[in-house]
Amino acid sequence: MSEKTRTIKVDYLARVEGEGAMHLKIDNGKLTDVKLKIFEPPRFFEGLLRDRAYTEAPDITARICGICPVAYQMSAVHAMENALGLKVEGQLRALRRLLYCGEWISSHTLHIYMLHAPDFLGYPSAVHMAKDHGAAVERGLQLKKVGGEIMTLLGGREIHPINVRVGGFYRVPTKKELQTLVSPLKKARDAAMETVRWVSGFDFPDFTQDYIFVALQHPQEYPFNEGRLVSSHGLDIAAAQYEDYFEEQHVEHSTALHCVLKDGKKAYHVGPMARYALNFDRLPQHIQDTAKGVGLGKVCRNPFKSIAVRSIEVLYACEEALRIIEDYEVPEAPFVEAAVKAGTGYAATEAPRGLLYHRYKISDKGEIEDANIVPPTSQNQKMIEDDLWQFVPQYIDLPDDKLQWHAEQAIRNYDPCISCSAHFLKLTVDRT
Amino acid sequence: MTKPKLAVWKFASCDGCQLSLLDCEDELLSLAGEIDIANFREASRAVVEGPYDLSLVEGSITTPHDRERIVEVRAQSKYLVTIGACATAGGIQALRNFKDVKDFISIVYAHPEYIDTLETSTPIAAHVHVDYELHGCPINKKQLLEVINSFLHKRKPDIPSYSVCIECKRRGTPCVTVSHGIACLGPVTHAGCGAICPAYNRGCYGCYGPKETPNTESLARWLRGNEMISEEDMLRLFRTFNADAPAFKKESERHE
Repeated sequence: MSEKTRTIKVDYLARVEGEGAMHLKIDNGKLTDVKLKIFEPPRFFEGLLRDRAYTEAPDITARICGICPVAYQMSAVHAMENALGLKVEGQLRALRRLLYCGEWISSHTLHIYMLHAPDFLGYPSAVHMAKDHGAAVERGLQLKKVGGEIMTLLGGREIHPINVRVGGFYRVPTKKELQTLVSPLKKARDAAMETVRWVSGFDFPDFTQDYIFVALQHPQEYPFNEGRLVSSHGLDIAAAQYEDYFEEQHVEHSTALHCVLKDGKKAYHVGPMARYALNFDRLPQHIQDTAKGVGLGKVCRNPFKSIAVRSIEVLYACEEALRIIEDYEVPEAPFVEAAVKAGTGYAATEAPRGLLYHRYKISDKGEIEDANIVPPTSQNQKMIEDDLWQFVPQYIDLPDDKLQWHAEQAIRNYDPCISCSAHFLKLTVDRT
Repeated sequence: MTKPKLAVWKFASCDGCQLSLLDCEDELLSLAGEIDIANFREASRAVVEGPYDLSLVEGSITTPHDRERIVEVRAQSKYLVTIGACATAGGIQALRNFKDVKDFISIVYAHPEYIDTLETSTPIAAHVHVDYELHGCPINKKQLLEVINSFLHKRKPDIPSYSVCIECKRRGTPCVTVSHGIACLGPVTHAGCGAICPAYNRGCYGCYGPKETPNTESLARWLRGNEMISEEDMLRLFRTFNADAPAFKKESERHE
């Protein structure tokens, strides 16, 4: 068995968003190659944004990803407002957080129940899992639905919302409209608490990595749209400095642009585990206690436990949504007017899967001259491969099918969103 | 009796239209009782071999490989439905059709020579026979359920082909163009979304593509005549999410 080459190939990864493949090569019992391949066709968003009006960026970039359109809309409007010197505050700012809460609840719950939990319980899909765990799957679907209801009420629809614009919204909800979300959100909060307990009881592989975590950090809040860009290793910069500290490598053997820290060319980790590690003390005390109660420390370095961290974030998003609705007063105007001027704007916000960076240069007519978008999955790409390099050797003696499933699970830990293909390219799959 | 087999396929797209199926939280499990979700990679590792009774196809054709793959998908599918603006009209990525794609590649990638792509983004029907097209960027999940339901009951889908204007009237939304002077593509846009944008004080931006027999020229002339929109913005409005749909394409070219 050990005297030969084993190749484990998954030509089309399941339960991830978009089209990717995994390729492991094992020579004489030793892992010799790891490739996470992306064959998602490139869609050239940065190219097609050129000459478009700055007001169009939120609607156009939303189409990069149907799973996290709000994230694209939020990074786009904040970057444009940065270019125009516009500040959106008060209730409009709160409503943006509320919209993001909806997307976190919906996207995280989709991943927890339909994409990730089946790995832990040994089913190919949530539909298969429902035969034995019907109540749990039903709970997940109803929890996910509440996230969609927030996006539908505030955004007009759950996929590619239509109500987000530079400066605020086209229309703001009445107090009465928002109140209709309170009862579903209270049920969702209970379901989120159940989810935390449920996923914490799964069996987790004993595997940790000493990650460089990167996330936004706000002085008081758990981050959505604002904050410094910080790392677990001392980085502390403004979003506008992102490109000074991070770089995207377009390397031939790679399957996508790999993001690394310029300093040392190191891989880094964005997403729920990074946000949690860098903002734990910004969570309300009782959520901190809940996390501790299920055995999560202030920092979680086991990527398989990201499902538990994600569930903590769902619980937080439910509570934060309820808080925003309770404090809501209809703002004077649905948006802040902006005078168009030439400039460059930068923003990073926290998509469900992690940091999403946008930069735009606009002309004095408000036309986009240049755009740069760095989605979370291209930032995690190198980290995912690093995890596989470390993780697969521990299970190298397993038969191929079991090893393959474990490795797939290690990829799904990151909830990779391959459709965010702004930077992804197609490579010929090396079939040896 | 064996259940009909459903497959979901993805080409160049954002995943949003196939996500609509998973967004049917109240119906998903009962749907799975009526139809065998045989090949749906986003949701399941388990893949049942074809042929498939019903194929839902998301995304447009933008690479040489995908141009071959769609022929294979068609061969395995008894009834093929395209879902969304990418699959029915080429999607936002069809903006490349109006420019030189090589310029786009060099904007995004440091090493253009690694990129394997076609000059154009084209709808599925440009390559294979399509049995039914469901419009929208994104599609409406209720309409998706209607398409699946009608397939299961061997009847025609009840999907109206009139304009967004009718949906505004039904919803009781005052016309944003008449009452607020906002440029709106509602009169020429295919219904299906439920006329969301006007209900949120904004004009329709045509994400469901042209309706049957749209009079885009008249609408454009009227909006321009009433100074509701500039020539540049008119071009952009028709040339966004359904840029390569013939009626919108033709109209956008009038404003170049």
